[in-house]
Amino acid sequence: MEVMRRVTIFVDGRPHSVLDDQNLLQACLSAGLDLPYFCWHPALGSVGACRQCAVKLFRDASDRRGRIVMACMTPAADSTRISIDDAEAREFRARVIEWLMINHPHDCPVCDEGGECHLQDMTVMTGHVRRRYRGLKRTFENQDLGPFINHEMNRCIQCYRCVRFYRDFAGDRDFDAFSLRNQVYFGRQQDGTLESEFSGNLVEVCPTGVFTDKSFKEHYTRKWDLQTAPSICVHCGLGCNTIPGERYGLLRRIRNRYNGEVNGYFLCDRGRYGYGFVNGAQRIRAPLLRRELGGPAAPVERQEALARIAAWMADGARVVAIGSPRASLEANFALRALVGPAHFYGGMSAAESRLTALIAQILQRGPAPAASLQEAAEADAVLVLGEDVTNSAPMLALSLRQAVRRQPMAAARGIPPWDDHAMRQVTQGQRGPLFLATLAATRLEDVARETLRAAPADIARLGFAVAHALDADAPSADVDAPAHALAGRIAAALLAAGQPLVVAGMSCGSEDMIRAAADVAWALRRAGRPARLAFVVPECDSLGAALMTDRNPGLPQDGADLLLVMENDLYRRADTDTVDSLLGSARHVVLIDHTAHATAAAADAVLPAATFAEATGTLVNNEGRAQRYFRVFAAAGDVQESWRWIHDIAAAAGRTRDAPWTRLDDVTAACATAIPPLRRIVEAAPGAAFRIAGQKIPREPPRYSGRTAMHAQVDVDEPKPPDDPDTPLAFSMEGYAGRPPSPLIPYFWSPGWNSVQAVNKFQEEIAGPLAGGDPGVRLMAPSSGTAPPAYFREVPPAFARRDGHWLAVPLHHIFGSDELSTRSPPVASLAAQPYAALNPDDAAELGLNGGDLLHVQLRGISHRLPLRFEPALPKGLLGLPAGMDGLAGIPLPDWVRVAKAEAP
Amino acid sequence: MWSSLKTLWTIFLHIFRRRETIQYPEQRPSIPPRWRGRIVLTRDPDGAERCVACYLCAAACPPDCISLQATEDEHGRRYPAFFRINFSRCIFCGYCEEACPTYAIQLTPDFEMGEYQRHNLVYEKEDLLINGPGKYPGYNFYRVAGLAIGGKGKGEAENEAPPTDPRSLMP
Repeated sequence: MEVMRRVTIFVDGRPHSVLDDQNLLQACLSAGLDLPYFCWHPALGSVGACRQCAVKLFRDASDRRGRIVMACMTPAADSTRISIDDAEAREFRARVIEWLMINHPHDCPVCDEGGECHLQDMTVMTGHVRRRYRGLKRTFENQDLGPFINHEMNRCIQCYRCVRFYRDFAGDRDFDAFSLRNQVYFGRQQDGTLESEFSGNLVEVCPTGVFTDKSFKEHYTRKWDLQTAPSICVHCGLGCNTIPGERYGLLRRIRNRYNGEVNGYFLCDRGRYGYGFVNGAQRIRAPLLRRELGGPAAPVERQEALARIAAWMADGARVVAIGSPRASLEANFALRALVGPAHFYGGMSAAESRLTALIAQILQRGPAPAASLQEAAEADAVLVLGEDVTNSAPMLALSLRQAVRRQPMAAARGIPPWDDHAMRQVTQGQRGPLFLATLAATRLEDVARETLRAAPADIARLGFAVAHALDADAPSADVDAPAHALAGRIAAALLAAGQPLVVAGMSCGSEDMIRAAADVAWALRRAGRPARLAFVVPECDSLGAALMTDRNPGLPQDGADLLLVMENDLYRRADTDTVDSLLGSARHVVLIDHTAHATAAAADAVLPAATFAEATGTLVNNEGRAQRYFRVFAAAGDVQESWRWIHDIAAAAGRTRDAPWTRLDDVTAACATAIPPLRRIVEAAPGAAFRIAGQKIPREPPRYSGRTAMHAQVDVDEPKPPDDPDTPLAFSMEGYAGRPPSPLIPYFWSPGWNSVQAVNKFQEEIAGPLAGGDPGVRLMAPSSGTAPPAYFREVPPAFARRDGHWLAVPLHHIFGSDELSTRSPPVASLAAQPYAALNPDDAAELGLNGGDLLHVQLRGISHRLPLRFEPALPKGLLGLPAGMDGLAGIPLPDWVRVAKAEAP
Repeated sequence: MWSSLKTLWTIFLHIFRRRETIQYPEQRPSIPPRWRGRIVLTRDPDGAERCVACYLCAAACPPDCISLQATEDEHGRRYPAFFRINFSRCIFCGYCEEACPTYAIQLTPDFEMGEYQRHNLVYEKEDLLINGPGKYPGYNFYRVAGLAIGGKGKGEAENEAPPTDPRSLMP
């Protein structure tokens, strides 16, 4: 890769220092200048289609005439002289926007893009204010594109960004450009739900209102009316940065928050549309208390609930607490401090505890560090062991697609990577090496060089065989000839790569796979390759919970006198019998959570916790990056952060010194001090005392409306805005108006730039890090000089079928496997329904037909599940959907018996 | 002394001037039609609500006294689920009328809005909505907009060509 240099370009006579690997449009935007554009997107590159970024290019200082060029198609060479302000260039751009607007409908007042529309911004920027065209406007029929995306084709300006994202970037095929001339149509061949897991990004990629957020439309609010704060997605372990928006106490939408090292410009649909649980009917809004045994839990005053819990804790009662990998570090730490580390459990199943501990140990020990999503996208050879990343960590799949797309670009000498069309001509659809070893078919197979579908043990054995092929010192797996040959090819491709990446994770429940991945990475390190590891973890704080609970893996054996459960549905952690007996063995069960579930139904007291949108906290993602999320809005009633409830319980029980904190910063600091691996979490974002020019940072945009009317039907006197003692952000439109530090950016907006494209003004370089560095701090950054540790040597035996038994394995679903997002109506409408998947040959052996019901004997309980044929599933395996109600708590893989069930 | 006498004389002369005082409320003042008084929400010539809940009036409002929520009927026509003006905060500047892209919100010559209770100055949509088009009789936003609503499909708005067929390659 060529090293970037700083060069000087002259724009309207003034010198600007820019990077020479950029085009002139990027360079001008990096320099903070305003230049209109449509078809260029920092992640998609340039095609020069819209002709909007025209500038005057001069040969040298003496050239007065110059010529018009497209800035996005011209490299920023040293001493380039251009003019944005040149009269002819301005005229050119004004004409272009007038053409683009000829057919644009008179829709802005009823368009969801209005107020954050790139087309509006660019029209204003070019000065086009009056329509001269008097002819007929062409129109289109819309399509129903499913529950996520609303289609309004009339508004299209034919910039082709949507197709370029959908097909070239995200790699899906069911969306395209149709027809010709001024009638080019962007949509599907026929109505239907978009197949891509990243379709929601069309909302942000489209410069106007052709694709808008359908779930947002249900409770539409303009961007300037949303109260927003920097947040972190809670629906998988990757920790993508988001901007949730609230109005009138309702969470309205999720938007991408740019983070150059993590999610970049995009989000997956689970993260974008999974927010519905915050507004859901199943939210716990008030403290509940069961007054008599077996009776229902009824709402009570918070004092009564706290007094009762304090009474249960009194007189040396044995208290056991269960935290949660979906709760913040602060909440888990406060709970741990209240009951003492000896009585604190991380809230993961025994298997999850083992796997997360192993992953944490491998990443901390080094020398192969974790790969961020950005680093994964830069890998030039990838081996995936066992993970169906599209479904278990969707944004990682998008990164891997970029990795295979970018790898051949390195060979295209002389063509800059941003020159999208030329680059595609040169690479001719070649792809970098991606090897997939998975349980069943996955959505990445269309870009994979080779695919192996095998049982978990055989995938791990392939991993060990690759490590052995790389380094003869690594343990030998003794695999069969085809696997041996495959391992050889994988090893050769990884060895030939400059930045090899090994992906593994927890979704198969196999420690062997994780060990095998580590062995491969270490063997590559021994061979001098800077190999990285990407481990997929299931929840937003899995790794944080693992770092906090090294003492007590799994769930407690008995519930003691008082069992305190926080933000956790235990029925998703172990099978029903185990949880029933655990809850039954406790004299009293107290749950702190935000959403009702099976464990809530069994609790004697329930305290209403805040969701991610109503709380501030720190999460550790799959690469060990600690990131802070901030309260978007103040919850109504008694809802408060879990750590505040724990403080209140401690205070009510007269044990304030066990959880003395009343401000978040104090909990974070205490956590950082008490747990060495977490010592840097305080650096994740500025503390509550942070001010700029003595001011807090406003969560509401300057044009936030309705302040004196929104509460007037209740009380005509305006209430005081809620205080926020935990963060440097204010629930107000008043405060520091400039650019805040990167972890505190509540919304991207800049004068003249109302759309998401305003992120340009917050970056150091376009598509580079945010000014001041991307937010978050990596807790596990082993020095690359560390010598690789001794290999893991326990190679599992090859998978062997058992007579009459099937190895049940979990199959993950982007919509359906995650606990919280499934409660969001648009996600629920696409969620997979329970099934049992078998290879058709196996099904024929059992005499089963499609549509039959199966009895699946799991841990002594029989489940009736409809049969689904899965031709890609290896024989002897039975695929069960991961994380679905009723099946979530059963540890897989496990041997099961299967029988045909009679139809009811 | 001289000054006092001069003042008395001036006041005495005023007895013979024309009276400026209007005997309100018995006598009604003459208010020009463009007076900026009580705000109303109007209907389009077809009798449907003109407001499309675009939030521009709320954004333009200097004392932030307009609050609303957009919703849609089953055919995609957008209208406000609620629309509230807190007249105890309103400064009658008329920016909302100026911002309104559909002529829905209009200021009227009615200024008689006195109340003993401040909360009685909080007007909801049913208090604001009138049964006519107000000052702009002809305009109907949805006849101009490209959005399809009940009774108006794609290509049926003013100055619109019929919808194109994306499967056709004919010129």
